[in-house]
Amino acid sequence: MSSNEPRRTALDATHRALGATMTDFAGWDMPLRYGSEREEHVAVRTRAGLFDLSHMGEITVTGPQAAALLDFALVGNIGGVKPGRARYTMICREDGGILDDLIVYRLADTDAGSAHYMVVANASNAQVVLDALTARAAGFDAEVRDDRDAYALLAVQGPQSPGILKGLTDADLDGLKYYAGLPGTVAGVPALIARTGYTGEDGFELFVKPEHAVELWQALTRAGEGVGLVPCGLSCRDTLRLEAGMPLYGNELSTALTPFDAGLGRVVKFEKEGDFVGRAALAEAAERAASEPPRVLVGLVAEGRRVPRAGYPVVAGGEVIGEVTSGAPSPTLGKPIAMAYVDPAHAAEGTEGVGVDIRGSHEPYQVVALPFYRRQK
Amino acid sequence: MSNPQQLRYSKEHEWLSGAEDGVSTVGITEHAANALGDVVFVQLPEVGDAVTAGETCGELESTKSVSDLYSPVSGEITEVNEDVVNDPSLVNSAPFEGGWLFKVRITDEPADLLSADEYTAFAGA
Repeated sequence: MSSNEPRRTALDATHRALGATMTDFAGWDMPLRYGSEREEHVAVRTRAGLFDLSHMGEITVTGPQAAALLDFALVGNIGGVKPGRARYTMICREDGGILDDLIVYRLADTDAGSAHYMVVANASNAQVVLDALTARAAGFDAEVRDDRDAYALLAVQGPQSPGILKGLTDADLDGLKYYAGLPGTVAGVPALIARTGYTGEDGFELFVKPEHAVELWQALTRAGEGVGLVPCGLSCRDTLRLEAGMPLYGNELSTALTPFDAGLGRVVKFEKEGDFVGRAALAEAAERAASEPPRVLVGLVAEGRRVPRAGYPVVAGGEVIGEVTSGAPSPTLGKPIAMAYVDPAHAAEGTEGVGVDIRGSHEPYQVVALPFYRRQK
Repeated sequence: MSNPQQLRYSKEHEWLSGAEDGVSTVGITEHAANALGDVVFVQLPEVGDAVTAGETCGELESTKSVSDLYSPVSGEITEVNEDVVNDPSLVNSAPFEGGWLFKVRITDEPADLLSADEYTAFAGA
């Protein structure tokens, strides 16, 4: 297979049989949408959606010093994560630039004195993260293993997702909190069941062996039929996460920014023991952010109907005061929305006179706090 | 999907109806609408504007992208579809009917417009 050939998930034939429009995403041939992406978005907000996220990059870290390695390699306090819980964190370069944002799941200890973590990286960065973790593991009694091909990942997201899953598993879903995971069996298939997602809704991510992916997809489809579950592609995943104000690597996050520049300084835990990669640069970035505030990530809501796109300038009084990082028509708000980095002077909610330069025409936009959408609990 | 036999087609995926009193209706094909995804914003030329075959005369914006709208013929705009401006999803739901875009009094048309069968072969759909 040539290196230019797209990678296909275990569900490839299923997507094609459903008539999906496929797209290249980080070297993977993934479903963009099955029908209308807006209807898929609405289904997740109001009922449930089923996603194939098998392109995500799983890396297993085990060993007596697995926690110490992750505390050194990542900016978060991983040693403080209890078995069965998960943590949103980042991996940075020595200069503080963000290499990727990650979810780290701590699984049950494999044997006494040896912890077991699964690091989930973005598809586009999985190799970079794997290489960095492998290099940073030197001197630690821990093993870093590429498990990208060991898992398929299915997600069920939306208010109906607990009901759908309960019919297929004996696992204690009521006891499973947001950002927690437990091993179980779903529709007869062994799975790591995690209460995580990237949609702003309640939902579950199911890590299973690739050979079980089709069977699980079909079981979830049948279980969700009566409550309006639909297959969902990456297009609606992007508008769902945008409404929920969640950053996307490559848009809101990059190696040119530290977590403090992205308004996510809270993920950096200086108080943890020992050194970690990027500590000195990040301490400087934190001080800089306090004394000379960097551009602020804000939400923009259109007054008109033209859609802002990544890279479009944000303007005020004839000056460029920022740049759009993500933009889309919001199905929930019924208006175009965007995330943008803007100068602090224009970042306050309700700031007047802000617009986006949409191919030469300045369209008025309202500055709002993120997120655009928060689910009712 | 099938492309209506009575229409002619451009390689920019517009369709053109037969002229009535010299005026033809223009829209985009179902193939183009499917490729765009949900259309959320339509900018059309204004009545009285002169349009030129193969040149942009508006834009179509979908969730994922913005695309130029080309006129398949040269002429003068006599009517635009206000319904589609107010409800751009008509482009997806009825590209050959309620999702039409504008009417044009043709002054000149290129020689390379395609028949339905030719367009189907061209678009692979």
